[in-house]
Amino acid sequence: MSQLFDPLPLPKRIFNAALSAIAFSLAALALVPLFAMLWSIFTKGMPHLTGDVFTQLPAPAGMKDIVNGFANAVIGTLLMVAIGSGISLPLGILTAIFLSEFGKKTAFAEVMRFLISILSAAPSIVVGVFAYGVIVLPLKGFSAFAGGFALSIIMLPIVSLATEEALKLVPNSQRLASAALGAGLARTTSRVVLARAFPSILTTALLAIARAAGETAPLIFTALFSQNWLESVMGPSASLSVLIFNYANSPFIEQNNLAWAAAVILVGMVLFTNLLSRFVIRKRLQAW
Amino acid sequence: MSMSLSPQQSSVRSTSLEESLTPVLRVRDLSCFYGRTKALEAVSMEIYEGKVTAIIGPSGCGKSTFLKTLNRIGEMESNLRIQGKIELFGKDIYDRKVNLNLVRRLVGMIFQQPNPFAMSIFDNVVYGVRAFSRPRESELNRIVETSLKSAALWDEVKDNLDGSGLDLSGGQQQRLCIARALAVSPKVLLMDEPCSALDPIATMKIESLIRELQKKLTIVIVTHNMQQAARVSDYTAFFSADENRIGQLVEFDQTAQMFMEASQQNTRDYVAGRFG
Amino acid sequence: MGNFSEQSYRSNRQSFTDTGNVQDLLSHWSDRGFQGLTFVAALITAAVPFWMSALIFQQAQPAIAKFGLSFLWTQDWNVDQNIFGALPYIYGTLVSSAIALVIALPIGVAVAIITSEDVFPSWLQSPIAVVVELIAAIPSVIVGLWGRFILIPALAPLQEFLFGHFKWLPIFNTQPFGPSMLMAGIVLAIMILPTIAAISREVLRAISQDLRNGAFALGSTQWETIWHITLPAAASGIFGGASLALGRALGETMAVTMVIGNVTGIDVSLLSPGNTIPALLANQFSEATDPVHIGALMYLALVLFLVTLTVNALAVVMVRFLTRHA
Repeated sequence: MSQLFDPLPLPKRIFNAALSAIAFSLAALALVPLFAMLWSIFTKGMPHLTGDVFTQLPAPAGMKDIVNGFANAVIGTLLMVAIGSGISLPLGILTAIFLSEFGKKTAFAEVMRFLISILSAAPSIVVGVFAYGVIVLPLKGFSAFAGGFALSIIMLPIVSLATEEALKLVPNSQRLASAALGAGLARTTSRVVLARAFPSILTTALLAIARAAGETAPLIFTALFSQNWLESVMGPSASLSVLIFNYANSPFIEQNNLAWAAAVILVGMVLFTNLLSRFVIRKRLQAW
Repeated sequence: MSMSLSPQQSSVRSTSLEESLTPVLRVRDLSCFYGRTKALEAVSMEIYEGKVTAIIGPSGCGKSTFLKTLNRIGEMESNLRIQGKIELFGKDIYDRKVNLNLVRRLVGMIFQQPNPFAMSIFDNVVYGVRAFSRPRESELNRIVETSLKSAALWDEVKDNLDGSGLDLSGGQQQRLCIARALAVSPKVLLMDEPCSALDPIATMKIESLIRELQKKLTIVIVTHNMQQAARVSDYTAFFSADENRIGQLVEFDQTAQMFMEASQQNTRDYVAGRFG
Repeated sequence: MGNFSEQSYRSNRQSFTDTGNVQDLLSHWSDRGFQGLTFVAALITAAVPFWMSALIFQQAQPAIAKFGLSFLWTQDWNVDQNIFGALPYIYGTLVSSAIALVIALPIGVAVAIITSEDVFPSWLQSPIAVVVELIAAIPSVIVGLWGRFILIPALAPLQEFLFGHFKWLPIFNTQPFGPSMLMAGIVLAIMILPTIAAISREVLRAISQDLRNGAFALGSTQWETIWHITLPAAASGIFGGASLALGRALGETMAVTMVIGNVTGIDVSLLSPGNTIPALLANQFSEATDPVHIGALMYLALVLFLVTLTVNALAVVMVRFLTRHA
């Protein structure tokens, strides 16, 4: 049976080699963008990431030799993300509790899930338009609150759907054990189910916050931008993401540089939360 | 009923002769359905106060389903529906206005897999207590100590009450679950194959615990293990599925009677290990 | 704890409906309240899509009344004269997304194959998958920043080459100067790559190993099995993933507006700049004051919302249906 050791026929070998080559090179190509982006952001942003950026206001356009920073944008982003979280976390977690603990597989709950997935698919610019119509137009003014509201709509479906998944992972035996001790639904859910799912809910919240912090489209025409310190929640506010957009389009090199510095902060935060949730918290959950 | 209930089977027989047996739970003409599928048909039996009642039968005979109707936990787990009546101390527990939480507090349950909560041993034990009262710290401490002692776990964990309940061994976890159930002072304790996930030594501990607990409450235990049923129970109910896979109560009698001279051929075959 | 007596039995003969225990009553009502609270929250969340579409529809009324459906196929966008037509933006949105799909689909499927089939050691599979998936986490505005300052200069030779050698093709017949429809397509391709790769990977993994073993048993090589058996079986699921990615591309805003040039007009050449619906919204909304202008922008947002919804709903149904029956 010497044929057992014969090489494959030539056409087969060519076919295999060609497909391997194509697949490997395409996949290799797919790895380029992330590393290229991280490299550029790091090399172009780090030199301009000084202590001043966190304490100073943006310098007027075209002015050199003035301390330059985006402290107001950091504050604006923090404030608007806080508003967004303040609305979306409670609402989203309660929604998830309803879906996972009470609605379950009923047709009603399925319709709700479908609507929420529609919301998660809404382009972020459309969410911005919505916030503009709900808050900016009636109140006749751009505001940090409008921006925070827009971010809450972005976060809401993420929080709802991911929290529901987290709650579903809690073993049903825990709910039964609690019920068998005479605990009511409220107590079972809050003390046993939520407590058990807490690490993954926390991860969800962090991911949603990271996502919101990087959002730009919902903020451009809701919170607008500002060169000055935040005066009021009902007034316009700077944010890191809109600052990157505005300053990237600027003809002044100092502003371009500031955009890169802001990008380091945003990307650092986003990657940190993502990797944290991927490796650390997931490991802990598995250990349970 | 007398104060001196001895755990020996012989004495069970003698008590039953003099007997004024009091039913704690009375099941009348109970049928169970999962959706439209009938799982159990026309079961009528009584659970006597202060006795250990074992429920035996081959897999799929509906014995676990039956157990889970007694504290209405089955309906939480799946789309279980019942027909018929189950009375606890003469009150219908399937009454629309019944306080479910109270029913489940009076009828505690131990599950196949130990299922302690992801909290400290102390918090595990007082979990149920806190669900319906706000006792003082000293009272809680007392409850924890008596419950853990009753569950024969106190000596092993008394120095580590703040440790996680999940760090205990399987057998310890199951005894923690028993302590947790005892803490709310149930009148009946349902045990759904409580030893099936445990090793022989842990099983032995649970079995002697059951005999001990019998002095304070009524126990219903589902088991696969006929020796276990013979060792721990006073009464035995034998369930079996008919040709349509619908579970039925074949025979219910004193345990000694069942294992020595069961009236049904079916029961004799099962007890002798000829099927199931 | 005492033993039994007839007396204790009697004392147990209480009603379970009214225990007189305040805590029990509280617990009962807090259960009801808690359930009600979660229900209301879920209702609010589920109502947001309706609220959103109703509000945008209502705000678009001035433009809908003035232009009707012809808004969708007229080309003028003149803020001063209050004349608005959406065609260039619809065209730009569709074309840039189509380019993205053409580029991202083969790459995404290749990544999915490499990270799910056994052609690669498994310890390398998941890092590759993670690196590709992490692209999705980078904020769009940062992809745009990178595209504008790094990618466009880096790909300038490519655009010049296409113009130099293929200008006889209408799609490459304009002098490139940097921002272009092609650049927007490439940036979008990068952004939707994670979606395609992740979903295709799921779909490939959901395919039963028996199917592959059947092919191996007949003497197929690994790649023959992938090409002739696995990929065809996964085709419809991958198609669903591609639709989901398309939905994302259609609504993508920041990265696109930073590399497309934002020039209104329809030019067949992919090397010329263009504009998309989201890019236009991003650039004009903050300055719009006239109700008809705002209405026209709202009208555009409505069109975008409806199109992405349709594409997404179809994709979700497809992916769900197929992963269930794979």
